[in-house]
Amino acid sequence: MLRMLVRRLFLGFATVWIVSVIIFAGVEALPGDACTAFLERDAQGKLLENCRNDLGLNKPAVTRYLDWASGAVRGDFGVSPDGQKSIASLVGDRVKNSFLLAAGALAVGVPLAIFLGVITGLWRDKWVDILFSTGAIFAMTIPEFVSATVLILIFAIWLDWVPAIVLTPADAPALDFFPEFILASVVLTMVMIAHIMRMVRSSVIEVMASDYVQMAMLKGVPYWRIVFRHALPNALLPAINVVALTVAWLLGGVVVVEVVFNYPGLGRTMIDAISDRDLPVVQALAMIVAATYVGVNLIADMLTILLNPRLRTLSQRRK
Amino acid sequence: MARPIIDIRDLSIGFTGRTGKTLPVLRNVDLTVRRGESIGIVGESGSGKSTLALASMGFLKQGLRVIGGSVCFNGEDMFARKRSELEAIRGGQLGLIPQNSGQSLTPTMRIGAQMAEALELHCTLGKDAYHARIIDLLGQVRLPDPEAIFIRYPHELSGGQQQRVAIAMALAGEPDALLLDEPTTGLDVTTQAHILELLRDLARDRNMAMIYVSHDLGVIARVCERVMVMYAGEAVLQGPTAEVLKDPAHPYARGLLASIPRLCDTHLPVALDGRPPPPGGGGAGCAFAARCALVVDQCQAERPALMGAGNGSQARCFRHADAHTLAAGGTGADPLHHRSDGQPALSLDDVSISYASHGFLDRLFGGAAKDIPTVDDISITVASGETLGLVGESGSGKSTILKAVAGLLPPAGGQIAVGEGNALPTMVEQRRPQQLRRIQMIFQNPDDSLNPRHTVAEILAQPLRLYDGLSGQALTERSVEILETVRLGAHYMDRLPGQLSGGEKQRVAIARAFAAEPEIVLCDEITSALDVSVQAAMLELLNDFKKMKDTTYVFVSHDLAVVRALSDRVAVLYQGRLCEIGPTEKVYGNQSHPYTSVLLNAVLEPDPDVAPTLMAEDVVELSPPSTGCPFQRRCTRKQGVTCENETPPWRETGGGHAIRCHIPLEDLGGD
Repeated sequence: MLRMLVRRLFLGFATVWIVSVIIFAGVEALPGDACTAFLERDAQGKLLENCRNDLGLNKPAVTRYLDWASGAVRGDFGVSPDGQKSIASLVGDRVKNSFLLAAGALAVGVPLAIFLGVITGLWRDKWVDILFSTGAIFAMTIPEFVSATVLILIFAIWLDWVPAIVLTPADAPALDFFPEFILASVVLTMVMIAHIMRMVRSSVIEVMASDYVQMAMLKGVPYWRIVFRHALPNALLPAINVVALTVAWLLGGVVVVEVVFNYPGLGRTMIDAISDRDLPVVQALAMIVAATYVGVNLIADMLTILLNPRLRTLSQRRK
Repeated sequence: MARPIIDIRDLSIGFTGRTGKTLPVLRNVDLTVRRGESIGIVGESGSGKSTLALASMGFLKQGLRVIGGSVCFNGEDMFARKRSELEAIRGGQLGLIPQNSGQSLTPTMRIGAQMAEALELHCTLGKDAYHARIIDLLGQVRLPDPEAIFIRYPHELSGGQQQRVAIAMALAGEPDALLLDEPTTGLDVTTQAHILELLRDLARDRNMAMIYVSHDLGVIARVCERVMVMYAGEAVLQGPTAEVLKDPAHPYARGLLASIPRLCDTHLPVALDGRPPPPGGGGAGCAFAARCALVVDQCQAERPALMGAGNGSQARCFRHADAHTLAAGGTGADPLHHRSDGQPALSLDDVSISYASHGFLDRLFGGAAKDIPTVDDISITVASGETLGLVGESGSGKSTILKAVAGLLPPAGGQIAVGEGNALPTMVEQRRPQQLRRIQMIFQNPDDSLNPRHTVAEILAQPLRLYDGLSGQALTERSVEILETVRLGAHYMDRLPGQLSGGEKQRVAIARAFAAEPEIVLCDEITSALDVSVQAAMLELLNDFKKMKDTTYVFVSHDLAVVRALSDRVAVLYQGRLCEIGPTEKVYGNQSHPYTSVLLNAVLEPDPDVAPTLMAEDVVELSPPSTGCPFQRRCTRKQGVTCENETPPWRETGGGHAIRCHIPLEDLGGD
């Protein structure tokens, strides 16, 4: 198990490293650099030279990559070209905000999706199944900006229960976003619920038709005990990876929802940084998103191995 | 006489077909079982035997419903009971041992927990007594080290061990009656023989009633006192085992018996032509009429009732008195046997194969320890036109060797050559089309080896296009011609595998292999997924091809009787090492390797008077020992440390028969 973990961690780090090279090379390949972007029309002659010297942009690309990478490992992504703000603290606030939004959506969405998946699977083709399955597809197909607008209309404007958009500054403490982020979370929940629910539903149907569930019935095990002890532990295993992908997607920033609700999260910051040609921020965000995907999937794989006895033995045998 | 514990009367079960009509899968079946009785239900797939067994627990598979009749357990109707009452009976007074225990045990629960659940639901013991009781039960089914099994997960056990756990679990409720749904199908002969002995003993000790469902008449002969033969959802013959298996009074039962290959019979088994009618498609008369040799007008017009046929048996046949004139074995065609001194067609020289793969990271981090190869030291030459049988228990490396020959697995060492020493590239993708064409493989399960989205025409076209460059009209004509050689007509060309029966699918797979005009055909357990009557037809077909094309076969099977029927020479494998090789009659003769004797003695014949002799303990070995004889740990005739340390020598008995054993030839039998 430990060896497996070390292997996977090593592979994870290798992936992140390769991504970092690609991101750095990609930004390098763009015409211009941080100084030309920052100085705009003044980017010529002495001024440009000075700026590049200040930021160390004259050094060879490999040296700059190593400087950047070693800083990134320590969580230091440098400072913005005007030398005023640390990129780490700017990005850090956005990461915190995205986490908050994701946590809100996940805390409700995942249990609800699993619950709906289980009941639609158990009562396959009954009215509960038809109702919720259709509902889930519907929720998934409506674009986020439409459902967001409708929810704002209903809950913020007509009912006036929650604020329509977020006005709290990005660096405010997490609690200040309450109750502003609720609507955004609800929209995200609606989008993600269908994926997980459908996965769980088909998995429950498959497991309930399996030989071991039939055997449990013929062993005289009561129905609900079969569901909870024999079926669900097996049916929910495949859901772990779908949940992981959803988590990574949420943490990576959800641009549309953030824009609609004016929410200061990762996605919107990324878009802003790209249009401002704020290259160090783009690099930093891309690295964080890549690391999140790798990290979340790593955790999901480890969980699957931990919860699935078959995989556990396999990993032991490979020792 | 005591009241029957299970009393099934006039039971009919069916489902609603696509047209809205009710199609019966079980028709007017009567069955009574008393305590201490064991009854066998025999039939081919689709005959309704499993449906009947499950119905006696009050359980129907999805989509099925009771059309008429009743199922009583201890005098009360099972289908009229409440769910909670059924739950109390199932697993309690009425236990089930399922067909595939590997899939019937919940993969995420430890064995101990699953057993404890059975106890919790069906016995009055206190919670603290569970552990001791479970260990006791696991010991009763002769599982080695019950404490270790207790904390294992199902996948960590071998097939035989899983089956024993399932038996122990059924016994946990102290059942009065036990239903066994093909409990030993898919197990090795040795494991099967041990489990059957165990069941016999348990049934006797506890005075249980048993309903034993199987397609294997050998198993039924060993365990049951009475037999019921089912065909197309009907009981067509029932009576005492000896009567039914030795001189059955129904044409179908006789055909079934004739289609079983036997160790003592050198003829090929005789296939039953045709196939059973689909549910609801039997017409007004006898369901078997279309396939029956004794059919008269009355059989077509009117459905026979079960009638007394003498010696305590009842047959659903108007002509049961004449049925005894039909053969029930021993009349098949003689298999074509070739000399083994012809030109070599395939030679394996010191081949070894290892499954342990060393991944990129393993190599990066210094690599894993050197392991013992799964298959080692295999040197065999197969002559042109010869059939070599490879036998052994599961895990003996039979299929692994075939895969290496086919180029699907890279050998770790040694050389595989075709013809006169033309070494083949190890992997299939490195072989040229002309090399590929020479070796073709037929797989065990046609459901997996035929692409479900390709029509028969497309399946057959692939080798013809690749090797012969055929297209258009010529391709179609050749495909039809090949289909006809496997006794399927041109009207099969547009069908998908899903629209074919098991036997037809395997015929298509055989046709695909022979479309390439191969010199060597590798058969990997090609009949083990089929019914016996279909199996007999496949063996006939292979024999016909041998006559027509002089094909060389390497035939892998765990069924020793099937291998005997077809092979010229047999090689016995244990743990990936050769134990014995030689002409079939010599290997199946008296002078043989201790392991061959164990295998042969465990074979069950469809004859209640022949009992298997069990020698070695059923220990499951995961890997061969690093030195000495591979069979040392199970051998009852182990000669001390010599067997542990030294690789046994090949001892020639003459006629190309060699045994690899430390025991001198004169002590290996031969009387």
